[in-house]
Parts: sequence; structure tokens; C-alpha cells
Amino acid sequence: MTSRYARTAFAALALACGATAGTAQTTDKLKVGLMLPFSGTYSALGVAIENGFRLHVAEQGGKLAGREIEFFKIDDESDPAKATDNVNKLIKRDGVDVIVGTVHSGVATAMARAAKQSGTVLIVPNAGADAVTGALCAQNIFRSSFSNWQSSYGMGTVAAKQEKKKTAVTITWKYAAGDEMTEAFKEGFEKEGGKVVKQLTVPFPNVEFQALLTEIAATKPDVVFAFFAGGGAVKFVKDYAAAGLNKVTPLYGSGFLTDGTLEAQGDAAQGLLTTLHYADGLNTPRDNAFRTAYAKSFKLQPDVYAVQGYDAAQILATGLKAVKGDIAKKAEFAAAVQKATIDSPRGPFTMSRAHNPVQDIYLRKVDGKENKVVGVAAKALADPARGCKL
Amino acid sequence: MDIGTFLVQCLNSVQYGLLLFLVASGLTLIFGIMGVINLAHGSFYMIGAYMAFALSPLFGDQFLLMLLAGIALAAVLGYLLEWAFFSYLYQRDHLQQVLMTYGLILVFEELRSLLVGNDVHGVKAPAWLDGSFALGELMSYPWYRLFASAACIVLAVGLYWVVHRTRLGMMVRAGASNRDMVRGLGIDIRRLYRIVFAAGVALAALAGMIAAPMSSVYPNMGASVLIICFVVVVIGGIGSITGALVASLLVGFVDTFGKVFFAEISGMGVYLLMAGILIWRPEGLMGRKA
Amino acid sequence: MSAVHPTTAAAPAATATAPRGGWRMRALLPAAVAVAAAIAGPLLGPYWADLLVKVMILSIFALSLELLVGMTGLVSLGHAAFYGIGAYATVLGSGADGGNLIVLMLGAMGAAALYALCVGALSLRTRGVYFIMVTLAFAQMAFFVFHDTKVGGGSDGIYLDVRPTLGGLGLESRHVLFYLVLAALAGTYGLLALVRRSRFGAALAGIRVNEQRMRAAGFATYGYKLAAFVMAGALAGLAGSLLAVRDGVVNPELLSWHTSGDVLLMVILGGMGHLRGAVIGAVVFTLLKELLSTHALMGPLADHWQLTLGLTIIVFVAVLPQGLMGLAQRLGPPIGKGGKP
Repeated sequence: MTSRYARTAFAALALACGATAGTAQTTDKLKVGLMLPFSGTYSALGVAIENGFRLHVAEQGGKLAGREIEFFKIDDESDPAKATDNVNKLIKRDGVDVIVGTVHSGVATAMARAAKQSGTVLIVPNAGADAVTGALCAQNIFRSSFSNWQSSYGMGTVAAKQEKKKTAVTITWKYAAGDEMTEAFKEGFEKEGGKVVKQLTVPFPNVEFQALLTEIAATKPDVVFAFFAGGGAVKFVKDYAAAGLNKVTPLYGSGFLTDGTLEAQGDAAQGLLTTLHYADGLNTPRDNAFRTAYAKSFKLQPDVYAVQGYDAAQILATGLKAVKGDIAKKAEFAAAVQKATIDSPRGPFTMSRAHNPVQDIYLRKVDGKENKVVGVAAKALADPARGCKL
Repeated sequence: MDIGTFLVQCLNSVQYGLLLFLVASGLTLIFGIMGVINLAHGSFYMIGAYMAFALSPLFGDQFLLMLLAGIALAAVLGYLLEWAFFSYLYQRDHLQQVLMTYGLILVFEELRSLLVGNDVHGVKAPAWLDGSFALGELMSYPWYRLFASAACIVLAVGLYWVVHRTRLGMMVRAGASNRDMVRGLGIDIRRLYRIVFAAGVALAALAGMIAAPMSSVYPNMGASVLIICFVVVVIGGIGSITGALVASLLVGFVDTFGKVFFAEISGMGVYLLMAGILIWRPEGLMGRKA
Repeated sequence: MSAVHPTTAAAPAATATAPRGGWRMRALLPAAVAVAAAIAGPLLGPYWADLLVKVMILSIFALSLELLVGMTGLVSLGHAAFYGIGAYATVLGSGADGGNLIVLMLGAMGAAALYALCVGALSLRTRGVYFIMVTLAFAQMAFFVFHDTKVGGGSDGIYLDVRPTLGGLGLESRHVLFYLVLAALAGTYGLLALVRRSRFGAALAGIRVNEQRMRAAGFATYGYKLAAFVMAGALAGLAGSLLAVRDGVVNPELLSWHTSGDVLLMVILGGMGHLRGAVIGAVVFTLLKELLSTHALMGPLADHWQLTLGLTIIVFVAVLPQGLMGLAQRLGPPIGKGGKP
């Protein structure tokens, strides 16, 4: 009985393969696969990125370089364990020409590995893992967001040079992004003469900070640099204030510490200095136009993730125009993107040779419910792309 | 490390350990009395935390009232769950219990996602517990954490009193030593099980409610608590509440001081402790020899 | 035949004292399936071939657990640790030019076996529920090593620069990978079938049924259990190694307790006590997860596949504790002497 089932199963399998074998035809539509978190803690970010991407496509009349876009969506659930299988669905089953994703760095690493092998164009609209435009860099891999190194290095140099701090303690979650952020801060801080005396970590996504806050108080540094995001950021800033530390030691952070969390953090966050490649109230015509258009289309306020999604579409459009829609011309595509200046709502940026944005990193201060720009921490900062052989 | 910092870290250790004890005591009771290994126990902790999140706007500053309401709700939930689901697990072997309660975790997590969403939430401590008191010139310690420790101590004493000084407690202890004999003596073992299970759920949920203002409320928060509770139960010995208390405090200290001194491997500290205990006493500090 | 204790975990239907003759008949079906797969391999499209490779790797993983749970009666909730260690060992050992596949695979199995030796030595001092909890805890410890320390690139995982080579054959070709994994699966299946028929396997079955009696009969049960534990760990390491080669990237989630729960599910889904049960379980579990998250079939419920999966698990274990093989035996034609293996 089981052998009969086995035989029928294989017959069905063979038929299915035959059916799918003929899907890779050339049509006018460009297949874009969106692999983003549509469920789970990061779902709001996934939605924002998709919205930003679609907004740009809509602004171009629904076509990029004369080709209509056909979207394929996969929910990556921010799960690195499923990442390879999910991206293979897009590459091998759906046969997409371009992949856009994702938020979680672990998933993005798997996607980059798969894209490097298959040669499919990959545009990363958030994940900051240094390796994506570092050791994993490739002709067909691009990033429209930031590298972890970029976003914190500026805070380090500002803290030492501008704010004249001598000693610092860093604190973050013990995961890859946290390590990269704090290492970058340390590099910038120590380059300008400061010294990071302690590097504290909390297991991810633990938010029990009490023991470490005690440790910070005992160490008495000039400044504390923290990287947390989302709920963890809310809690840390509040706990820091509750322990009375904000009156003794100023808290600096990567921009994610105060992005999207100010409502919940309230008074505890006032006056915090952070660095990020975007800010509220930039008040440039480009940013204002973007923000108005986004709010009108989606009835939501845009954030840094929407900007990154929007710019991912701009990168695709730039390259596609240069190759006149023929995505197979990988070398020309990459060359065109590398030469271009992307007119982003964050300010214009160019691409490094490892395909990471070379952009201004803003210094922001929390004022009321906004991260207001008070200066530029680093002008036209390029990620060093360590390990990249391009 | 100066004496002030040391004392604060001790306070932190005790507070964390006592909270663990609340959850672990439920787990060890349920296993010790009914012989059911319940992987979903961490989910009850999560349910408690989310209950705090949901009830907090309704009760405002009436924090103690909210805790009582939470205990009542959790106990009812536990009673119903035992009747509808867990009572069928007693006859099954451990593997089936493991898998069925694993399925239950998935169900609970998804229900949570459907009902409350996936965001991380904060729960405000009540106004009369807000703020901190000064500990030396540098540090302040939050009132709420002191309250949490105190509440756990009160509960631990209450649990000890119930188990060792009441008739119900006597039946529970008897059931833990010899189930069949208790049944043979004419005691309605099913009702006893239901009460014990409800109590276990209530304890875990209460722990979640108390912890919510400190640790915030987020998806999968039950999983990390569950595994640490397993470690506590293994170290303390299954079925022993005193063992659970000692083990919880031990884990609290190892974890807190581990984070301070060996930050890189602090996550492993408790497991190394468990390994050590296993080499020395495989049945746990106060467990019965198998 | 030894009388079977009614409250043991394993299905009494398939005992280790299966009839001596007739193993050729029983080997026929698995062999036929293997040959069919070998022929179908190059004909399948890239996506389906890849999926089949994944299922085969999971089958090896499930088979390794079957040795522990089905044959020896040891319920481990931490088996993913060895799977993950095998995967990480392969990536860490490969270096810039990929490395030699055989060396890497053996290294991976060795690393997994070593950890299994340490964990087993400690865990096997406990029994029953303690054992379940302790194996889970040790797996979590291994998870922390790869997640928190610099050993394994942290929470994002690490990747292979270049896939290892097998003699002159590069593994970038998916056909070579397909046949490699198929061979590994066939080898594992054959090895475990041999173990079952051997004296060692008979001892394990005896331990599963009634350990005290085995000890009274003079068997050093601790040693036998430890040997089974280490062997199961090594085979899980093999599966992990192949996964690392297939995906090119590994991350700490491979060692999480969800992975351990999943593989335990595969074993019970297919039916404990049967080797083909493990393979069937791996296939069905993968299909089930796929089906439950397809929008076309499940509509809006597809986003909440964890709910439907959880309910399915509960119902399945409640109704069909003997798994699909058990169902097949109940419905299939009666076979004399020991039942269908």
C-alpha cells in the first residue's frame, strides 16, 4: 500500500516539475521579489519599506525604464533559519530578476549568500550588517540604507572631538548588529583621543538592564553609548532615567535608540544625542515633497525605513535606465549605479565601490517628540568595506 | 567591586531569583504531583504579562487589586485548561506530553499574535511604586523592584504555609509521594489535580504580571523563562518546593554576577551550574533519588 | 518473544527481535525509492531538486533521532545541538578555498560526537523527565556559544566563502550535491538497519523496554546508552554538515529548541520504531509546513500557520500516537510475524 502511494507521489512530483520548468520566459514585466518581514516584531518596518518602494514606482508611472513591475512577496518572518529556503523560492521557483530585502541582518546575510551564487540583483533596504557590503560584497548586491559601522562611527568622533568626552562605556545587545555598532563607536571615539573603558552587553532580546546600570554607575564614565532598537530602546532609556543616571552621565546613542520610540520614552529621552543618516525636520524641498506624497498615499508618517525603501527603487530605476531595461547586463547595471548620485529625501548620496551609500550622518537631539537635526556628525561618510574584494 | 555595588548586585540577584521561583514552583508542583511535563508553562508566564498589559489601563493605580484579578483569571483559565486538555495527558508517556504541550505553545503564541499583535509593550508601574530611592551617592534602586521581591517572599511563605500547614497541602504532599495510595484513601484525585494545576498556572501568571513593568512585554518571552525554569527544577529536584527556592536563588546569583564578571559567556553560566550539580547529585539538590 | 511493558514509550508493534529472514523483502521498498530518486534527480527543476535535497537532509537528521527515541527509548529535546555543531564545524573548517569535503564532514561528525559524549555522560545520569529537561538545557548552552561568542560570527551566523570540493568535483553543481546527499541518506539508513539487526541494536531495544531487567541480566546499560547517544549525535552532525554545504550559510537558529521540537515531531509523525517512519515524517512535516503557509490553500489562516500547525500537532499526537506508519499498519493488509518494519 505504501509503495503505491510512493509511486503516485513521484508521478505527481514529476508532473509538477514539468509544469514549472517552462516559467522562465521573457516578458515585458520585470519580476521584483520583496522578501520582507510582514509578520512579527518588524512587520511595521516591512510595510514601510514596501510602501516607500511602491511610492517611487508609482511616481514613475508604474514603470521603471519602460518595464512594468510584477511583485512577488515573501514573508521572511525575520527568521534566519528559513532564510535560504525563502530566498530560493524567489530565485528558483518564481524566477525573479531583482530581490529587495530585508530588515533582519541574519536573514540578509543568507540572502546575500544566495544572491552572490545565483547572480540575481539584490538591493538591501535596511539590514546594516557590515558584511553585506563587506566580505559578501558582489557586483549584483546593493544597499540603499546604511552599514552598522557608518551609523555609529560619527557618534564616536563627535563625542570625543566636539563634546570633549574622555571616557565612555558602551552597552548593547549581544548580537551581530550590537557588536558592529559599538565597535564603530569605539573606533571613532578612540581615533579622536577618547577611551572606551568598558563594553557591556545584554543577551538579545533581554531587557533586564538593572545589573548593568549598577555597573555603569560604579564605573563613572564621561558618556554612555547605547544601541538598542524598538521595545528595548524604550525600556533602556526609561530605566536609565529611573536609575538617576541621566543626571550624572549623558547618554548618546545610535539613531535607532530614539527612532519611533519617543512617544513611549517621553521625558526620559529629552536631550539625547544620536546619529543617523535621516532625521525629522530636515526641511529640504526633496524631503518635504517625499513626506507629503507618502502621507497622502498611505495615511501614515514616513520614517527612515520608508526612505530606504524609496531609495531602493531609485537605485533600481537608475541602473535599469542605463541598461535600457535589460537586467541581464549586470556589469553595466553596477557601473551605472556606482557613477550615480541618488536624489534621496535624506539628502543626495553616491554609492561606494562596495555598493553602500556614501552619505551624510546627521547629529540629532531629542526635542519634544522629534529628533531634530543639530549638525552633521560626519560628512559624506563611506563605509570602509572591509573584506570586500570588488 | 566596592561594598555598595556588591550589595546592589545581591539585591538584583535575589529579586530575579525570587521571580524565577514563582514560575518554577508551579512547574515543579505540576510535575511532582501529576507527572505531566508541561512545556507550555512559559506561556502562562507570558499570559500573565500580557494580562498586566491589558488590565493596567482598567485598574490604574489599584495595582494590588489588579494582581488579585489576574490571579483569579489565571486560576480559572488553569482550571478550564486542566479539565479540557491536560487531564488527557496523565495517561500518556512523556514524549507525547512533550509534543502536545509544544503544540500548545505554538497555539498560545499565535493567539497572542492575533489578539494583541507583535509589538513590544511597556507596562507602567503604579504611581505609588514609581521612582527610586537613593542607595549611596551614585545609585538609586527602583521601589518597584523592592516591591516585587517583597511580593515574591510573601507568596513563598504563603505557599509553604499552604503546603505544610493545611489539609489541602497535606493531600498535595501525599499525592506527590504516592498517587495511588491517595486515591485508595478515597480522596478525589481529579479535583485535587485540577486545583494544583490552577494554582501552578496562577503562580506563573502572577510572576508574569509582577515582572511586566520591569521586563516589558514581548513575543516569545515565555520561552526564555521556561528553559531557565527547567534548569531550576533540575537543580532543585522535581517536586520539591524548597529545592526550587534554593535553586532559583542560586540561578539568580550566578546569572547576575555572571553578567558582571564574565559578560561574554554569561548566557552559559546557569547551564554550567546545572552541569556541576548533575555531576554531584543527578536527582537535584533536594530531589528524591529516582 | 519478550513481553512488552504496557506503559513504555515505544510502539510494541516493531520489536528488535524481528524475523531473521525477510529482510531482503523489507529492504526492497526503501531501495526502490532510493533508485527512483536517483533517476528523478537530474530531471527535476532547480527549485524542486533543492527542496528534495532539504528533505533528504532532514531525513538523516530524523533518522539519527530515531536511533535515540525509537530504538533506545531516550527522549531528547536537545538533538538540534549536534545538527548545529556539525553545520558550524563545516563552515568554520572550510576556510578561503573551500576545503576537502570528506575531511570536513568527518570533522563535523567528530565535533558533534564529542559534544554528544560530554552531554551524554552527564545527562544519562538522569532519567525520564530530568533527561528531557537536561538535554534541552545543554542544547541551549551550545546555542549560547554560537549566538553570543565570537566563535561563530554571532547571531547573524557565518557563511561559506566557497563550497568544499569532493576530489575533483566542485559542489557548486547542484547535481553533485544531490547525489552526495542521496548517498549519505542511503548510507545512514543502511547503517541504522544493520544496527537494528545487530546484538547492539537488540540490547538497545531491551533497554528501551525494561532497563532494570537488562541490568539484572548483566548489561552495562549506561555504556550502551552512551554509545547510542554519541552515534546519534554524530549522524545529526552529518546532516548538519550537508546542510551547511547546501545553504552556504549557517546561523544559531539551527541549535534552537524549535529545531529540536521539529525533529522530534518528524519522528513521531512518521511513526516511532520504524526507520522509514523517520523519512516519512521528514517528508510529511516539510510538506505540512509548506501547505499550512500557502495562501492559495489556507486563505488568511496562512499567515497564522503556527496556530494551525500547533493544533495539527495536538490532534495528531492525540489521535495517532503511532504516527503514519502505525496508521498504515492498522489499515494495510495483515502481515504475519512481527509486523511491517
